[in-house]
Amino acid sequence: MELLRVATAGSVDDGKSTLIGRLLFDSKAIFEDQLEAVERVSAQRGDDYTDLALLTDGLRAEREQGITIDVAYRYFATPARKFIIADTPGHIQYTRNMVTGNSTADLTLVLVDARKGIVEQTRRHAFLASLLRVPHLLLCVNKMDLVDYDRGVFDAIRDEFAAFATRLDVADLSFVPISALQGDNVVQRSANMPWYEGASLLHHLEEIYISSDRNLIDPRLPVQWVVRPQTTSRPDYRGYAGRIAGGVFRAGDEVMVLPSGLTTTVSGIDSFDGPVDEAFPPMSVTVRLADDIDVSRGDLICRPHNQPTVGQDLDAMVAWMTDRTVAAGDFLNLKHTTRWVRAVVRDVHYRLDVNTLHRDEGAASLGLNEVGRLSLRVTQPLYFDSYRRYRQTGSFILADEATNVTVGAGMLHGPD
Amino acid sequence: MDGRGRAAAGGPAGPGRYQLSHLEAIESHSVHIIREVAAEFERPVLLFSGGKDSVVMLRLAEKAFWPGKIPFPVLHVDTGHNFPEVLEFRDRTVDEVGATLLVSSVQASIDAGRVSEPQGPDPSRNRLQTRTLLDAIAEHRFDAVFGGARRDEEKARAKERVFSFRDEFGQWDPKNQRPELWSLYNGRHRQGEHIRVFPISDWTELDIWQYVADEGIGLPSIYYSHRRTVFRRDGMLLATGPFVTPRPGEEVFEATVRYRTVGDMTCTGAVESMAATAEDIVAEVAASRLTERGATRADDRVSEAAMEDRKREGYF
Repeated sequence: MELLRVATAGSVDDGKSTLIGRLLFDSKAIFEDQLEAVERVSAQRGDDYTDLALLTDGLRAEREQGITIDVAYRYFATPARKFIIADTPGHIQYTRNMVTGNSTADLTLVLVDARKGIVEQTRRHAFLASLLRVPHLLLCVNKMDLVDYDRGVFDAIRDEFAAFATRLDVADLSFVPISALQGDNVVQRSANMPWYEGASLLHHLEEIYISSDRNLIDPRLPVQWVVRPQTTSRPDYRGYAGRIAGGVFRAGDEVMVLPSGLTTTVSGIDSFDGPVDEAFPPMSVTVRLADDIDVSRGDLICRPHNQPTVGQDLDAMVAWMTDRTVAAGDFLNLKHTTRWVRAVVRDVHYRLDVNTLHRDEGAASLGLNEVGRLSLRVTQPLYFDSYRRYRQTGSFILADEATNVTVGAGMLHGPD
Repeated sequence: MDGRGRAAAGGPAGPGRYQLSHLEAIESHSVHIIREVAAEFERPVLLFSGGKDSVVMLRLAEKAFWPGKIPFPVLHVDTGHNFPEVLEFRDRTVDEVGATLLVSSVQASIDAGRVSEPQGPDPSRNRLQTRTLLDAIAEHRFDAVFGGARRDEEKARAKERVFSFRDEFGQWDPKNQRPELWSLYNGRHRQGEHIRVFPISDWTELDIWQYVADEGIGLPSIYYSHRRTVFRRDGMLLATGPFVTPRPGEEVFEATVRYRTVGDMTCTGAVESMAATAEDIVAEVAASRLTERGATRADDRVSEAAMEDRKREGYF
């Protein structure tokens, strides 16, 4: 069974929590005690229907204010796939939460209220999904029951969004008309919309093809940990443990280690479960090398004829996630693959309006929830690829030097 | 050069070429998290209760560093109200893995006057564990504490990060959590603060049981069906024993039961079940209509936000 990671986004009233509640409920991932608790609370509050949003909004403050505060993770499975949903609120700290949820997603599900059509938040969510390079984008036109299941309403929203999406970098875009409250086209195809010939939302999530989304071309292994048992049975064992970020590694492969630039061959790939013939993303393995060369955490194992960019000057799109602004001259801690370095902001090239995609070239800083293109200089060379090509070696986070809080997320530009 | 796991046992292969099954994918993610912690923290510790989640977490730690040993100790916060089978299992398992076991006891916290025994009949020491845990963290200067919590367990846990920051009081602030992006975990902290790390956040109860079955992982015998003297309280089956006494009107009877969670004997209920193997339990869990906590944990029944409130104070 395969795993699909989904990020959802929607405005407060788009019915996102209701949709997730519906998916969990209809796929039988909700248990009776959870449902009873929700029914009890709904009844106490005097709701005239069971508010499935209560299944997902778990914190006291969320229940009190009737809002979703933070990214919540939900799990359900069908016989075809296991799903992990990152449920992100669309209002407070929206960029921060959307970027977080989308950073690991295979698919982003954007919800639109059929009565309201495409609004500013829809465009923002779609833009952030494309910025984070989520391979699949699914637009759900919700509350179709409130527009009499009118095909014209759905077609108009679809066309408007498709036109907007041509300005984004979206590899795969699809549309489903649904009613989360009534269950139309969520799990089963709806009899209320015979004009819709596509799959139900769940069927879509089960069938979408994700195998080709991973990078199997460029071998990259950021070293996490050096395994040295130093036991009597294995006195000289030395293995380099890490998660394969890209490409395929095999015993016998000629490899290069950065930063030393020394080349050697893979003498074996080990795991607790036995030798590994081929290691590919996202496998966690331990690689042994034929020659005794100096390799430590933060180094990168690649192929001599397929190397990443090595450099101290970075050019990146950065999403800023804290109240304090960032500007040229600011120092930050930066984590890229398995290493931390210090970074200084050299320049803010422009700020991108996440709603209109307008570039403000005159901007000198980024504030909370803003996205812009920065150049940074780091204390030691990084081995990176463009985020376009490679999520794992093209991304970094920024942490405040004083508070240690994560304040920024960066996506690197590279030669391609 | 085989370990003791799947391939060595000739277990099932992945779905296709260059494709991992969902269990292999979440296993690899967990291993990645555990290695990051070992590499970036000075004094990590792994909480181990002998419960299935902590047993799976220990196996993942074993895998992360194999053929090396697990480079951090294992800590049990002992309420003194344990199932004897679980203590025996704990000692044997930690020994097999070759890890160092530390035990911090709630009884010692009570004796030292750090906490008081709750009053009333069959007092639960569940909530007292928080003080004992925080004292152990301070005493050993642990900077990273691995916990076996899963996000599917409970609503408050569904919102918690993999790297969950705790301030100098051990408190969790759910409204002010660090954003967590890609696999780039931020464990930076100041002295006195620490990070709780939840490497099996993305696992569900069913995933745990499938993994236990696939890997042939041993668990305390109370997870599997057995005969036990029980009585019914608040819709749960509680075992009679030194810490729990039936009240007048609570009828004692013998039943075939198993436990879905392992905790303090005073607040952990059994379910009637004939499931004698991990495979039987996979089938049973897949068909179950009750969450494990809702079915068998009195500590979570206090209120809608019982877990959030305990977590804010520094609970597991």
